[in-house]
Amino acid sequence: MPAGTYRPPVSLAPLLRIRPESAGLVARLSELLEQRELLLFLAWRDVQVRYRQTALGVAWALLQPLLSMLAFSVFFGGLARIPSDGLPYPLFAYCGLLPWQLFAFALNSSAASLTANERLVTKVYFPRLVLPLSSVLAGLVDFGIAFLLLLPIMGFYGVRPGPALLALPLLLLLALATAVAVGLGLGALNVRYRDVRHALPFLTQLWLFLTPIAYPASLVPERWRPLLGLNPMAGVVEGFRWALLGLPQPPGALLAVSAAVASLGLLAALLYFLRVERDFADVI
Amino acid sequence: MAAAVRAFDLAKRYPLGAAATYRTLRESLRDAALRPLRWLRAQRAERPSIWALDGVSFEVQPGEVVGIIGRNGAGKSTLLKILSRITAPTRGGIDLYGRVGALLEVGTGFHPELSGRENVFLAGAVLGMKRAEIRSRFDEIVAFSEMERFLDTQVKHYSSGMFMRLAFAVAAHLEPEILLVDEVLAVGDASFQRKCLAKMEDVGQAGRTVLFVSHNMPAVTRLCPRTILLDGGRVLKDGPSHEVVSAYLSSGLGTMAAREWPDPARAPGNEIARLLAVRVRDHQGQVSAAHDIRRPVTVELEYLVREGGHRLVPNLHVLTGEGLHAFVTSDAADFGHRRVAEAGRWRAAVTIPGNFLAEGTYVVGAALSTMDPVAVHFWERDAVAFQVIDSAEGDTARGDYGGPMPGVVRPLLPWTNERLPPG
Repeated sequence: MPAGTYRPPVSLAPLLRIRPESAGLVARLSELLEQRELLLFLAWRDVQVRYRQTALGVAWALLQPLLSMLAFSVFFGGLARIPSDGLPYPLFAYCGLLPWQLFAFALNSSAASLTANERLVTKVYFPRLVLPLSSVLAGLVDFGIAFLLLLPIMGFYGVRPGPALLALPLLLLLALATAVAVGLGLGALNVRYRDVRHALPFLTQLWLFLTPIAYPASLVPERWRPLLGLNPMAGVVEGFRWALLGLPQPPGALLAVSAAVASLGLLAALLYFLRVERDFADVI
Repeated sequence: MAAAVRAFDLAKRYPLGAAATYRTLRESLRDAALRPLRWLRAQRAERPSIWALDGVSFEVQPGEVVGIIGRNGAGKSTLLKILSRITAPTRGGIDLYGRVGALLEVGTGFHPELSGRENVFLAGAVLGMKRAEIRSRFDEIVAFSEMERFLDTQVKHYSSGMFMRLAFAVAAHLEPEILLVDEVLAVGDASFQRKCLAKMEDVGQAGRTVLFVSHNMPAVTRLCPRTILLDGGRVLKDGPSHEVVSAYLSSGLGTMAAREWPDPARAPGNEIARLLAVRVRDHQGQVSAAHDIRRPVTVELEYLVREGGHRLVPNLHVLTGEGLHAFVTSDAADFGHRRVAEAGRWRAAVTIPGNFLAEGTYVVGAALSTMDPVAVHFWERDAVAFQVIDSAEGDTARGDYGGPMPGVVRPLLPWTNERLPPG
């Protein structure tokens, strides 16, 4: 602080009132908006730090989906002969793995974000939502890199996307909303119950099987298919294939159910998070 | 004029015991499932708890620098945590009339894998600075830290001293209207602490509102005109620092009568000598912070001479609680002898006679110098502090007078007073 005379501004109403009860939803979301720089800084930090001191560096962002694609193609597509809606199986799998790995990363890192940043939580104030949100945001970089690899794979199989490609950002948003919803809920729960950390790998794996990544949604009878949408990631994965691989029929009902579930889940998780947020520093 | 901070009936309760520690989900679920009635009752019943703060009210005017002192567990840190919104009060509230910045720890937001340059931006953002603000102050921050050469080195390769310097430089360039500081000065080496204290002084003089939590009584007395003493979550005393600190020290709640630097590598000093300890002893040789005005007070200084062959003169600066220099004293025995010190441990002691200093708090600075040419080997500004107490038993300079007596010294001087013969 530079020396010299500083005149504090005279304000009549307090700039800030601290009370036992927390501020309203709108006030807190607008505070989050004010702190968007911090959000970006923390996301940037996570990206910077992720591949430090690794030999392969950012190549991991490519290797992870690529190796998963190979494994899926050999075991599910090759040995188990799981159908793939008439698409080349590797492309089919990669298209599903792309949003899935974004989701899985976002889910795991946001659920762990509060306890991983314990020092920040106990030593400085900022809207706590910043932590899970920034770790979700950091996952987008890996997604972007993995997405670039999709283009040569599509070229190799001669597949062109149709106009449905325009829906891709919305599908991406749906994947992020789902990840944020679950990440916020589990992240807040993890502050009090560290059990979450142990349950998370199992949950992620189970969720992977519940999502039509290795298999197509068409394996489920038409009648029951919208039910599959109760898992919003099913809508996302099927939507990705439709948008990217030029499938004729949009998975309409499936997507509608997924979007509704994700929205409700996000709202519920947000309300829960904001209700318990104030106690984080005391119980973490 | 409106206050800068207004706290009213502030209270914070923390749950205590088993309920407060981690409960696994399994325990919670099992309790809820197996003993639904008892679980419900337990949810509703008052769990054992502790009131870390219990009805604290105070007001701070804009530009005031206020110290907050008290024993461990008195509620100081809880107060700062509520003020900085890290945790919510259970009862009462605070109105803040200005932007708040809190320094509860040096190095908050730093990441070891990132470079010094990257960390300046990251930590700045975490402490609440905008990117544009950090950018405009970046050069200033780097210059203050004296870390230009290591900016592109990963912080994990820094020594702890380097880390502290950079971290504090970022924090010191925070420009809130209300600054909250918690014990950050208790870390780092002596030269770093001095720099921090000097910076704190600047902040206070620049007209900002500062709340300063510390165990360092001399620093509190010097930096803060006003101090709030907390005990058991309540305000025990609130007033001029020298009065409040006196009350605190004489109550036996805290002592600053001895300071020791067990690790010479981190002690104040240079390659010639290092300070090891400063102690205040009473006439029986006991380390004590409270002294009868009639008894002598001995201040001793232990130091390590690392390089022999220099003339070393220990000296002490005695300041009043208000920051006024009472006197400076140096090893008079050495005058004229030009004695040269050999390497090893040394102890110097000086006795301040009884019936000399007035009542009040005294802060002692300890130094070791060479006179010709002048060089200072160490200079610990707020090394120790002690109290002089006038018990007013009639045999002091007070006599039978019980009211306030001004003055830095209160000597018992030989008086003559006789009636003159008439004519």
